[in-house]
Amino acid sequence: MRNRSPRAYLASTAALLIVLFYALIPVLWLLSLSFKTPATVSDRKFIPQDVTFENYTSLFAGGLDSALLRPLINSISIALIATVIAVTLAAFTAYAIARLDFPGKTVILAGALAIAMFPPISVVGPLFDMWRTLGLYDTYVGLIIPYLTFALPLAIYTLVAFFREIPWELEQAAQVDGATPWQAFRKIILPLAAPGVFTAAILVFIFAWNDFVFAITLTSSDSARTVPAALAFFTGDSQFTAPTGNIAAAAILVTIPIIVFVLIFQRRIVAGLTAGAVKG
Amino acid sequence: MTAVPAGRKASRKRGGPAKTSDRTKAERKLAYMLCAPAVIVMLLVTVYPILYAIALSVQRVDLRFPEESGFVGLDNYVAVLSSPLWWQDVFNTTLITVVSVSIELVLGLALALIMHRALFGRGLIRTSVLIPYGIVTVVAAFAWFFAFDPSSGFVNSLPFIGEDKSWFGDRGSAFSVIIMTEVWKTTPFMALLLLAGLATIDEGLYEAAKVDGANAWQRFVKITLPLLKPALLVALLFRTLDAFRVFDSIFIMTRGSQDTESVSILAYNQLISRLNLGLGSAVSVLIFIIVLLIAFAFVRGLGTAVPASQGEKK
Repeated sequence: MRNRSPRAYLASTAALLIVLFYALIPVLWLLSLSFKTPATVSDRKFIPQDVTFENYTSLFAGGLDSALLRPLINSISIALIATVIAVTLAAFTAYAIARLDFPGKTVILAGALAIAMFPPISVVGPLFDMWRTLGLYDTYVGLIIPYLTFALPLAIYTLVAFFREIPWELEQAAQVDGATPWQAFRKIILPLAAPGVFTAAILVFIFAWNDFVFAITLTSSDSARTVPAALAFFTGDSQFTAPTGNIAAAAILVTIPIIVFVLIFQRRIVAGLTAGAVKG
Repeated sequence: MTAVPAGRKASRKRGGPAKTSDRTKAERKLAYMLCAPAVIVMLLVTVYPILYAIALSVQRVDLRFPEESGFVGLDNYVAVLSSPLWWQDVFNTTLITVVSVSIELVLGLALALIMHRALFGRGLIRTSVLIPYGIVTVVAAFAWFFAFDPSSGFVNSLPFIGEDKSWFGDRGSAFSVIIMTEVWKTTPFMALLLLAGLATIDEGLYEAAKVDGANAWQRFVKITLPLLKPALLVALLFRTLDAFRVFDSIFIMTRGSQDTESVSILAYNQLISRLNLGLGSAVSVLIFIIVLLIAFAFVRGLGTAVPASQGEKK
């Protein structure tokens, strides 16, 4: 099928370069801005003339009162907690859907799909009001709950797709060979299920890490505000200096985990993203 | 409610034994226990709040004037639907959705075909397209904002572009940058879904078409597009609904100035900035209804697409 003529190689190289350029240009621009001094931030050059780390260090000056440290801790904690809970709940549900026979299966899957399409802005007002009454406004829990809701459909669909592929007979086979149920689960099922669980976890983490709508509407201070929301409220050292360098530096910092995930787990991310769609 | 027992009866007839055995009962019980937590969390933050939003939308609830609260019927809806701002924002949101999803579809399909046909560097391409997908939307918005910003951006130093063009100073150029940001961020998602669709197409079909003398364009139009239709519709559905919620990039780039406000920004302004929960909830409910209508239209489209492709297989 594939012709391996020099022309085809040339076309492939060109395509590769275009895609790389397309994907990386804004990230490289942020990286460049983040190393520029206030004097050279407007020079429009891609290579910074005098390199400075000031934009990064000043984000953390003052410890917990600094511009970024608290939001960064909040972002990491909230995304991790939401990921663990969402994947656990989704794993229970996906196991039931993939393995057990019960009426209401399709209702749950259809409901999850409906929630994946649900506009978050439509529940922001009621949540804002409810959370203030319940004392959840501006707290970790107040953000984790909506993140769970909107991440669960993605996690359930990914896990159902993975769990359906697992040869569950192996569990009984192991028990016939003398393994205890726990051994059968730990030695046979867990290793087979782990990739799916991991994929779901990455997708949920990226979702929670990314959210902005809930982060700015359900928080009012640094006690629960995550990095995307904090970035939107960044101010310069004085009202006359735009915090361009600082914002660029903070933006680069929150992008690093995503780039690391993508580099290590790209196959899994692609498999998870397309798990539900291919069968549809 | 009545549909469930009817369905049970039907499955019982097919299943043979008239009575559900203890084992089946136990299995069902376990299944419901396993599903309950996730279902409860999902309902708790969608169904209950949307009902609550509907309740708020027929009341006057302004947190700045708490004592003036009370039932006002459909007054909030009348106020929203008769305001030019709402229709302006519906137009803006529709414009952003239609233009960005169309560009994404073309670019995403091109990208998917490149990834599908690339001789080498597939891993590198996949890694680089996943970066826009994974990057925080607010960061993407800042990246493009700083690129186009007249004081710090590099775009104005490019040839054929005015040295001091103020991109966020007028509606047309502000929209272009917002749409560009959306396209940059979400084309990879479209491309990956379409790539998965391409992988399901039997290569033998192309060989057969080649033997019959079909050229590359004919193969694309007669084989690729029809067989890709289900994947295309799924990708379009998710992207359209996602684009309709556009909020982050507008919030960062213009905050809705120069008439670039979207319906989500309008809801945010009413609910959070003005604390007018009644009016804001009416906007929220209207957005919900629009999303429902879009989803319904697509699902009907999908419904007609899927049986057709299944029919071909038989």
